Amino acid sequence: MATPLVVSEVSKSFIMHLRDGIKLPVVNDVSSSVAGGECVVLGGPSGIGKSSILKMLYGNYAVDAGQILVNHREKIVDIAAADPRTIIEVRRHTMGYVSQFLRTVPRVAAVDVVAEPLVARGIDAAEAKDKAVELLARLNLPRELWSLPPATFSGGEQQRVNIARGFITSHRILLLDEPTASLDATNRRVVIEMIAAKKAEGVAMLGIFHDEEVREAVADRILDVSAFSPRKAVAA
Amino acid sequence: MSETPLLKVSGVSKFYGSRIGCQDVSFDLWPGEVLAIVGESGSGKTTLLNCLSTRLMPSAGSVEYRMRDGNFRDLYHMSEAERRFLMRTDWGFVHQNPADGLRMTVSAGANVGERLMAVGDRHYGKIRETATDWLGRVEISADRIDDQPRAFSGGMRQRLQIARNLVTGPRLVFMDEPTGGLDVSVQARLLDLVRGLVNDLGLSAIVVTHDLAVARLLSHRMMVMKDGHVIEQGLTDRVLDDPREPYTQLLVSSILQV
Repeated sequence: MATPLVVSEVSKSFIMHLRDGIKLPVVNDVSSSVAGGECVVLGGPSGIGKSSILKMLYGNYAVDAGQILVNHREKIVDIAAADPRTIIEVRRHTMGYVSQFLRTVPRVAAVDVVAEPLVARGIDAAEAKDKAVELLARLNLPRELWSLPPATFSGGEQQRVNIARGFITSHRILLLDEPTASLDATNRRVVIEMIAAKKAEGVAMLGIFHDEEVREAVADRILDVSAFSPRKAVAA
Repeated sequence: MSETPLLKVSGVSKFYGSRIGCQDVSFDLWPGEVLAIVGESGSGKTTLLNCLSTRLMPSAGSVEYRMRDGNFRDLYHMSEAERRFLMRTDWGFVHQNPADGLRMTVSAGANVGERLMAVGDRHYGKIRETATDWLGRVEISADRIDDQPRAFSGGMRQRLQIARNLVTGPRLVFMDEPTGGLDVSVQARLLDLVRGLVNDLGLSAIVVTHDLAVARLLSHRMMVMKDGHVIEQGLTDRVLDDPREPYTQLLVSSILQV
């Protein structure tokens, strides 16, 4: 089986047109790959470009140069050059993303937020809901919240909804942007178990974890992002 | 993933005398895809929408639509009668002002039923049944079926307009600022409703809006217009989170945070 995710010589900068067009370099020449069943953790201080890398891989940020190769249904797709329709298709079937913050939609219940990625893949709504309930229970989200829209939930509750939504599918690639940041110790351990289960299923994961306990538990390898920092290159 | 677009737009331009309405717009729209056209007032987004939906004849360009038989037809070379039929059956058009899309002096039920009659339904009982079902889907209670939209609030009128448009099972819906004149709680309800219906029915839609939050919620893909030109386009979250063009950066940075 081909490697699920290969990143090759990716560079990214922001040009701020409203600030006289100043150019903010983000990362240079990022190259790496993630194998099936492997969890690679992005390391380095805040502001070094870790989240930006995940966003580029997900097609959320455009890249200036390089390739992001994803094995989508046994075909290689370059996210850096793919059209919107292809990226949506890759997100639906191959690559999932758990962000730090949940973007809530008014009036949609937590359980439906979680079930949605399965429904989008054509899975029966009742079956998707059963699975959503199972995950929310596992993450200790109080039962009385399941049918409420998450807009008014606490940070930790929203984050658990977000994790459940990200983990409900059988995507071959998962991008994790600090999924445990606002969780208590019990729920952090649940997430560690869930990540271990995904590894056992052969899912390729790339994540950011500032919490040392979680990082120690899940990381197979640390990828130091400061090596790709253009600021460091200038200083050297 | 379907390999044939539903709509193929190439080089559509509209000039008002020497002024540009919109210029040289080309894109494909795929089945199940929702495209948002954003930009400030006067940027040409409504002109473009009207050209695409043949409410306005462009000065240049072509739009091909894949008919239910699978063949592409050039919309601007169809007869007026054929275009009208398409408008009444396979397409929907949701106006910003519901009064432009509804008949204000006939009942809510008749507003929905009229579209059904256009596709050949004649059984009164069945038409009423379907109309009741659709009023329910847009959250209008069945006991309002005989009331005229004149007696409805703005939000209810907009929902009725949506029911009227969707009852014939269209494949393509055009929307011009569908949440424009509504207050925010009504807007949220309508957006949630439209989002659900679009997903359930697998509709393709082209939504014109100046509200980037509406675009984020409803659309897969986005085109940003300025002075009649498409200046940036792409995946909706990419355009909003990593805008490349100066004008798009200005638009995105001008959103008020609550």
